[in-house]
Amino acid sequence: MVERKRVGNIVPHAILWIGVAIVAFPVYLAFVGSTHERSIIANGLMPITPGALFFENYFQTIFVGTSGTTREPVGTMIVNSFVMAMVIACGKIAISIISAYAVVYFRFRLRMAAFWVIFVTLMLPVEVRIYPTYKVAADLSLLDTYAGLTVPLIASATATLLFRQFFMTVPDELVEASRIDGAGPFRFFWDTLLPLSRTNMAALFVILFIYGWNQYLWPLLITTRDDMQTIIIGIKKMIVTSDALTEWQLVMCTVMLAMLPPVFVVITMQRLFVRGLIETEK
Amino acid sequence: MEKRAVFNNRMLPFALLAPQIVVTLVFFYWPASQAVWQSYLLQDAFGLSTTFVWFENYIELFKQPDYYGTIANTIVFSAAVSAISLSSGLLLAVMADKPLHAAGLYRTLLIWPYAVAPAVAGVLWIFMLHPSLGTIARGLRALGIDWNPLLNGDHAMIMVVLAAAWKQISYNFLFFLAGLAAIPRSIIEAAAIDGARSMRRFWTIVFPLLSPTTFFLLVVNIVYAFFDTFGVIDAMTGGGPSKATEILVYKVYADGRLGGDLGGSAAQSVILMAIVIGLTAVQFRYIERKVTY
Repeated sequence: MVERKRVGNIVPHAILWIGVAIVAFPVYLAFVGSTHERSIIANGLMPITPGALFFENYFQTIFVGTSGTTREPVGTMIVNSFVMAMVIACGKIAISIISAYAVVYFRFRLRMAAFWVIFVTLMLPVEVRIYPTYKVAADLSLLDTYAGLTVPLIASATATLLFRQFFMTVPDELVEASRIDGAGPFRFFWDTLLPLSRTNMAALFVILFIYGWNQYLWPLLITTRDDMQTIIIGIKKMIVTSDALTEWQLVMCTVMLAMLPPVFVVITMQRLFVRGLIETEK
Repeated sequence: MEKRAVFNNRMLPFALLAPQIVVTLVFFYWPASQAVWQSYLLQDAFGLSTTFVWFENYIELFKQPDYYGTIANTIVFSAAVSAISLSSGLLLAVMADKPLHAAGLYRTLLIWPYAVAPAVAGVLWIFMLHPSLGTIARGLRALGIDWNPLLNGDHAMIMVVLAAAWKQISYNFLFFLAGLAAIPRSIIEAAAIDGARSMRRFWTIVFPLLSPTTFFLLVVNIVYAFFDTFGVIDAMTGGGPSKATEILVYKVYADGRLGGDLGGSAAQSVILMAIVIGLTAVQFRYIERKVTY
């Protein structure tokens, strides 16, 4: 510490607690909303302390669903979101690690061309090519399928760059030693490179799981059937334009459920999360 | 940098690259090129015939007063989101960087909003700010403010900015914290010995040394506000009231879907692509070189 203060650290503590409070307040209110009755919320009379309907509301949300708009229970949507997030995260890691392996450990014609083809995708987010991408997916009859939800998002320039960066730091002696031992490219990849990449893969997994879980625009376009919706899309569809019909207590239950898995991942795997975040942005 | 030891195999590298390249070509390059191509085409009202019209879609786009409104919204929105989330992130990071009791706890309590989906952040904030049922809206009404984001465009803009900035604070906080940790303590101690007080040390030493982080975050925040906030806008306002919160990305979506104006939507996509390419180029160019004193 640079200098000692008489007042101690009251000011920084106070500012940080205010920050924490601002960050947490919307979620607290959502939780409160998820435990009250529909009419109390709709009349704008919700108190700022939780109500008594915690179990009823969550039970209805997960197993029954809303009475009006999307009849599908949120349980189904959670399964869809989970499948989507897992397939995207694992798929991105798998196809990126093998492409990085090809680019770093092999010499072949078009090597740099392949690298650039992957790299340029950084500049083509879904948001700028919405309808043509939708059309491709429709032409390949991927609408309302898990493949449609995941495959178009599975290419990853970021992950490929990260693995390439990491492979560059792996000492050449390791490949040489493996080759002397008679190991081919598969053996070396499986027995040496993959175990060394474990931490990177885990860190990347945390980031990509959150990315997949939180997707919005793509599932909005690609799913039309209620039973294929992800939870994030489900929330939006529960809010109907005529406010009187919106069952806000169930919307808030769904909001809490939609936040739970990614927030849990961030908090429990904090170290990997921070590492993944900082590495992927390099 | 090249590896000395490599494998010699003719087909294997292509097989390893195949999945990534196929997905990229089918779902990235092909649609992107379609967008460029469609932006030069005009489709008749029934979708029966298309004609090649050169830059007509672009000219039409820039003739629309709406488009300038959308550009202005995007600038206001991204400037406000970046300013709020960068300054709060920096303030919190500077505080959390001090040798405090329970500093790790603060980090845990501040980083989790990163994991909240933009659309969910939107719903959280609309629940507080909804004119008829929101808790905060009620408080504002009690103060005599006629708060109604469903009818008042400025109120709607404030609402989407708050939701989008709220979600981004944790990201900026983490990167500023990492940036602060990288500043050598000895420099700060030297300044303290020379008699510079805490505020002065921050503005003359810490802030300039943080400039690479700040610049990097500025670009990331602009990209976030331009593209990743689609969910915030769609869940909260749908671009309304009367297009007051319609940003560029949202207009591409709305024009193509509701308006059915595919050529115009494609022309907008192409303009957005140019913006992303520009931002990415700036990011790579300056991050590599590092903005330092």
